[in-house]
Amino acid sequence: MSFEVDVRLTRGASRIAARFDAGSGITALFGRSGAGKTSVLDMIAGLVRPDEGRIAVDGRVLFDAAEGIDVRPEARGCGYVFQDYRLFPHMSVEGNLRYGWRLAAPDARWIGFEQVVEFLGLGALLARRPRQLSGGEAQRVAIGRALLSGARFLLMDEPLSSLDAPRREEIMRVIERVRDELALPILYVSHDRREVERLAGQIVEMD
Amino acid sequence: MVSAPNSISPEEWGIIWLSLKVSAAAMVATLPVAFALAWALARGRFFGRVLLDGLVHLPLVLPPVVTGWLLLIVFGGTGVAGRWLAAMGMPVMFRWTGAALAASVMALPLMVRAIRLSLESVDRRLEAAARTLGASRGRVFATITLPLALPGVLAGMVLGFARSLGEFGATITFVSNIPGETQTLPLAIYAALQVPGQEGIVTRLALISVGLSLVALVASEVLTRRMGGRSHVL
Repeated sequence: MSFEVDVRLTRGASRIAARFDAGSGITALFGRSGAGKTSVLDMIAGLVRPDEGRIAVDGRVLFDAAEGIDVRPEARGCGYVFQDYRLFPHMSVEGNLRYGWRLAAPDARWIGFEQVVEFLGLGALLARRPRQLSGGEAQRVAIGRALLSGARFLLMDEPLSSLDAPRREEIMRVIERVRDELALPILYVSHDRREVERLAGQIVEMD
Repeated sequence: MVSAPNSISPEEWGIIWLSLKVSAAAMVATLPVAFALAWALARGRFFGRVLLDGLVHLPLVLPPVVTGWLLLIVFGGTGVAGRWLAAMGMPVMFRWTGAALAASVMALPLMVRAIRLSLESVDRRLEAAARTLGASRGRVFATITLPLALPGVLAGMVLGFARSLGEFGATITFVSNIPGETQTLPLAIYAALQVPGQEGIVTRLALISVGLSLVALVASEVLTRRMGGRSHVL
């Protein structure tokens, strides 16, 4: 199993619970807004600590409350693609792309800088600042940055929702190519049924 | 240019130099303290945070003469900290270092405010993104937080410097008004005002004060604009 997730978290009045196993390819985490989908991704990335439960990816345990295991976010090998891109505004596109690559252990770098630039068509953007990018360009850079960090799996949090229709199509194709050509397990959060049905091989409903 | 009546005399140059030295020392000494306090107030969640916030801002609202008197008690010849500093070979009583200490305490609230605002304006979501890309907490601080907060930190330093240049009440109370040692620009202006016929000196020193303060404020504002204009002082 690529993802084995069983987590519970209470935050104020809201209770978030998720339990699923997911195979390779894209698994969609689908549900209405406010169901806690993003919190589940944050817990898998290590940004939010579950109250209890267990998280394993590709057989590697990232969190286990009972065993006292809680791998730090920087050591989880996760590529997180955010709805709002979160590119570093004080760095160029190239600086953003190389940020995680520089930090990755040499043997964790399974893809090269030139390869990512070509794969995502970023060649003309390298010298630009994030604020000079369109939404689609920014999301491509964010995906490239995640890949270059040596990620062994991707978490995508509504990566299309800030984009207009033509850009959505563009990024959707990029995600399909990441899925088909790079064979990375992807956990994909969305509230759009059509998007999910086109991309995902497996759907986990959250309510 | 040999001592024309309207030119700046060597004594006045000495006063300007002393003022710049005192202010620079105050700014450099205050920076780490101000940064640590700003970080605690911006990011910390601990008991007594509101009290700490109040204490930091105290020099801003206390009568400066009270601050000077408190400094005398703590750092004076019989004060605990004063004796310790003297034993360490850095006496502050009636020395320029004491003037720098007074300026430092008075500049602290302004520096903490500017740095705190810049730290609070850093998008925590970018820090989270950096963590997922493999950066430890320390590296996130060095590569994301600090660079993004830097314009505000620099603005705070310039503000602290400007505030130190204008420091009067706490300084004269704490280390007196000694030419060549603790007599900075405001103290020299005050001394000159006490003596008839010194209007020329007063005018020159006052104009220099205006010029230096204006340059510092404009520099601070330029830095703030570069940060996106979230912590204006003007």
